[in-house]
Amino acid sequence: MKRTVERTVGRLVVDPIVCDGHGLCAELLPELIELDDWGYPILRSPAVPRDLAAYARRAVAACPVLALKLVPPE
Amino acid sequence: MTFEARLLAGPAFAAGMEPYAAHRARLGQLPPPRPELIDTIVASGLLGRGGAGFPVGRKWQAVESRSLDDARILVNGAEAEPLSAKDRALMHSRPHLVLDGALLAAGVLGAREIVLYVGARHVDAQRSLQRAIAERGRLRVPVRIVLAPDAYVAGEESAAVHFVNASDARPTVTPPRPFESGIDGYPTLVQNVESLANVALIARGGDAWYRSLGRGETRGTALVTVSGAPHGGVREIELGMRVGEIAAVSGVAPESVHAVLLGGYFGRWLTREQAWPVPLDPLALRAAGATFGAGVISFLPAHQCGVAATATVLEYMAAQSAAQCGPCVFGLRAIADTTFALATNSAGVHDLERLERWTGQITGRGACRHPDGAVAQLASAMAAFSRDFASHARGRGCEVAPALRQAA
Repeated sequence: MKRTVERTVGRLVVDPIVCDGHGLCAELLPELIELDDWGYPILRSPAVPRDLAAYARRAVAACPVLALKLVPPE
Repeated sequence: MTFEARLLAGPAFAAGMEPYAAHRARLGQLPPPRPELIDTIVASGLLGRGGAGFPVGRKWQAVESRSLDDARILVNGAEAEPLSAKDRALMHSRPHLVLDGALLAAGVLGAREIVLYVGARHVDAQRSLQRAIAERGRLRVPVRIVLAPDAYVAGEESAAVHFVNASDARPTVTPPRPFESGIDGYPTLVQNVESLANVALIARGGDAWYRSLGRGETRGTALVTVSGAPHGGVREIELGMRVGEIAAVSGVAPESVHAVLLGGYFGRWLTREQAWPVPLDPLALRAAGATFGAGVISFLPAHQCGVAATATVLEYMAAQSAAQCGPCVFGLRAIADTTFALATNSAGVHDLERLERWTGQITGRGACRHPDGAVAQLASAMAAFSRDFASHARGRGCEVAPALRQAA
């Protein structure tokens, strides 16, 4: 159990009220995020593995409305 | 159907409000609010009656553990579900039962205020509650009535808190949930009126008394609203009663029914054959992938098209989106339009697949559960009416609503 905690750097959370469907997150992090038919993000898996941490942080930073967050594991 | 009614005991609901004197004469004084009441409610197994069926005792524990004698009680009587009438009936005829429950909650949880959140259209309910408050004289906790806007999502608990705080009845992102930060930022118990009326009875009778009725896992009785029936309306049932029995007492012959919608507009469709033996037991229904919801039992007549009925519900749900979250705003609109196209035999060849794909993509992606409820309803319809959906997708209509033949 501890191993899986160490392998992830947290989980992605979208604030659906704030999100306007700009879609940058899916371009920067296609491994974890895809877009629905209207351009809104679908998280394939909210858990962010360590090897994608940098990309996930970049996607979070790129969101123009700050709707995407990376919540660290508790 | 032979059991002693609890919520419907006393004078007929149709007679209107039961005055305070009659209420006290019939049920006795309200016991003082003791902390042990929470354990009694937990032991009773009472589930919330607003639609989600969350255990009432656990909700009280969550507020109690955070309250520094500064909690708030939000009594939810918004009842925006189009097929439900039981909450307004209860508020209209038994306002003192609702008040009793709210006062117990306020006493046990250390609340400073009770807000009665009542649907703006439910004028009889408002009048009864106002009179009931006046009849009580001085209360230990201030009580005020706030009128809930006439919108489907206004009854959702975060929307209710949002409206009381900021006159905006749109859901908010959770967490924080109302028990963490509700009215004016204080821990808030948001509880449906029927749930509180049950608490008023449990405080008098105890948990063993409460559990003495019920045929299955979920104990007690519940108010339901029956529609699509010659003798429909609000009834009290012993939980675990079967849909077929409700049909019989409501004057519904099996052969006159195409399908049954259980729960409400966010509920689930069952074919008549599936529905008849189903027990109206929230825990059993949940285990079977269905829902008791707000106690809605709606019979679709045999001559009505299931695809068209589904389209009607979806159109309402799409129109009632709070218009905040993309998957709800655009997803429900597209789903409603496509279902309507199917119902009218004007859908494209890939529309059925598209509908299935969208249905799988929407759940969990809104701030509230409004879109989840709409697509769950659709998914159940596509299962219950699978042949009809397929036949409509080919432009042929269905058995009860065949497409008109093209002119040669």
